[in-house]
Amino acid sequence: MHSLAFDVSHTLAGGLVLISLMMLYQDRLYSLLNVFALHALVLSLSVAWQAFIQDAPHLYVTAFIALVFKAIIIPVALHRIVKQLGIHRDIESAVGIGPTMLAGMGLVALSLVLMLRVTSDADPLAREDLAFALSVVLLGLLVMVTRRNAVSQVVGFMSLENGLVLAATGAKGMPLVVEISVAFSILIAFIVVGIFLFRIRERFDSVDVSALDDFRGERR
Amino acid sequence: MTLPFFDPVTAVLLIPISSAALLAALPGYRLTARLNVLASLATFLSALCLFVMERSSPGPYVLIDDLNIVFIVLNTFVGFTTSIFSASYIAHELETGRLTPAYLRFYHAMYQIMMFGMNLAFVSNNIGLMWVAVELATLTTVLMVGIYRTHAALEAAWKYFILGSVGIALALFGTILVYMAARPVMGEGQDGMVWTLLVERAANFDAALLNVAFVFLFLGYGTKVGLAPLHAWLPDAHAEGPTPISAVLSGLLLNVALYALLRFKILLAANPASIAPGPLMVTMGLVSLIFAAFMLYRRRDIKRLFAYSSIEHMGIIVFAFGMGGPLANFAGLLHMVMHSLTKSAIFYAVGHISQIKGTQRISRIRGLTVTHPALGWGLVVGVVAIAGLPPLGIFMSEFLVVSSTFARQPLLAILLVFGLLLAFGALTLRLTSVAFGEPRGSTAPADASYIPMFAHLALVLGAGIYLPAPLVVWFQHVAQLLG
Repeated sequence: MHSLAFDVSHTLAGGLVLISLMMLYQDRLYSLLNVFALHALVLSLSVAWQAFIQDAPHLYVTAFIALVFKAIIIPVALHRIVKQLGIHRDIESAVGIGPTMLAGMGLVALSLVLMLRVTSDADPLAREDLAFALSVVLLGLLVMVTRRNAVSQVVGFMSLENGLVLAATGAKGMPLVVEISVAFSILIAFIVVGIFLFRIRERFDSVDVSALDDFRGERR
Repeated sequence: MTLPFFDPVTAVLLIPISSAALLAALPGYRLTARLNVLASLATFLSALCLFVMERSSPGPYVLIDDLNIVFIVLNTFVGFTTSIFSASYIAHELETGRLTPAYLRFYHAMYQIMMFGMNLAFVSNNIGLMWVAVELATLTTVLMVGIYRTHAALEAAWKYFILGSVGIALALFGTILVYMAARPVMGEGQDGMVWTLLVERAANFDAALLNVAFVFLFLGYGTKVGLAPLHAWLPDAHAEGPTPISAVLSGLLLNVALYALLRFKILLAANPASIAPGPLMVTMGLVSLIFAAFMLYRRRDIKRLFAYSSIEHMGIIVFAFGMGGPLANFAGLLHMVMHSLTKSAIFYAVGHISQIKGTQRISRIRGLTVTHPALGWGLVVGVVAIAGLPPLGIFMSEFLVVSSTFARQPLLAILLVFGLLLAFGALTLRLTSVAFGEPRGSTAPADASYIPMFAHLALVLGAGIYLPAPLVVWFQHVAQLLG
């Protein structure tokens, strides 16, 4: 039983790292959003599995939040924002794909080396979980750094946050996990609203300015 | 002393949150502005009661000890005076039409939620709860920084948001690692997050994991403290938000993050096998100090200037706590209090000045002491204080930092003094151009609230001349706690 429990959680956590790496080379916003939805789906599966093997029913709440909020609502909302702003064709990365992937692999290696070394005493399940979680966090940071668009920065931040939820659920018996995931969901909702306001305002500003110029032109 | 129906800890939390709900519902700005002041005063008075009340033993969520009382009282006091300043400042913003009454309601409610978040972070004994509270306080300030809805304000809020969120994420990862390090000793569940229990048994924790955890916590909360090179959000957020928010950001929010760091520093100090956090803090502190001192020379925006000065002073404080030992900790603590009081006083002055002159550009402001003597001289005293001249309070704390460093690490002290002198030069350069000379810009009379500014400056002056003995004893005790 132990080995099966270990293998499944290992697979799911490893899958998250893999999907994080996939995020690095998406050059269209829509596909980035789809990959993120997959990321959140795997996360919710992983959290649900942890809830099952740790016998911790409150983690099912976290899994549910991840599924509904991050795998469905947020990607759909972001899809709509992208469509409304007309930026779905944009290819926007500050760094080329090759260097980004190399940096991503380097970060995964770094976090594995670091976490496996310092957690030699912890139980193997939590240990690998932490190592994978740190990889996901660092890859999320990398996505944020290599993208210029606000929407994809947010996707990077959300995948980073998925890594934190993975770490928190892997730490057996940690209290406040549900509260923290709720706090993060609120944070992300604010961010999405923030982008919306920000971008819309940007558009209105430009409209306003040109209207003002026309007005002046007519007067003179 | 105990009263049956009054618990100051509950009051410090309950007053802000309930008045936030009330302020969000009430229309009419005069009423809400006064209510905001009243609520802040009530919170401050209940915080003062913490001194005289008997303390209950630390529970799983709430802790009151000598360290956080200092922070809570300072926090609620500056919150109270800022609410007075904010009332007159916001009236002017309404007149000029930069804000509408609807935004004002939002602003006052947010102000109280922010006070709630900060107080919660101070009293929490649970490292997870502390994290949530810091996040709450940050989020509310983000919303307030963007309140003007101008392009620059939204951009500043966005930058603050993204950098703050990354910081907060790293801090959470550190918190999880602390729990992991504690788990073999503490067992699973609630106990592994309670700070007092953690400190008691920290000696047996896994040192390697604790070290990594501290690095994450330092980077995470350090982003909020505004340490270079993680400071990028700070100048923008200070410059673009409403000035009362700049005052509480500099005076209070940076302290909240610093407080969280100090708690974890104590935790690490209790474990003999872990790294000493000192060198890391000393390095980052020095880098921030010297970097900010250089940046001060090139500022053209008056609020940005003082934002960099906050980075500089946070650098000094982190440096002092990093040096450790009774004297340096004492100096760091004193410096933190003095900086909060002085910097908020400066922002009060700057807020009214930029309103009168209609600009934040330093080159368009001249001869303030001629046109607006009270504001101008208030700013002069504030800048003289922040630059570290005697006889004001900051001189004393900086003197203590420098002399204790000279006694132990003369080379570091030279770098420290170099940074201090550099910053001093920049500030006096800017001050002379703003405060003296031929007046420039509007000379409209100021409709300002001078009381908060002069109250703060009087306290700073008083502390520089004579520190009351009970306060010294208290601070010495806290300095010993900090190790």
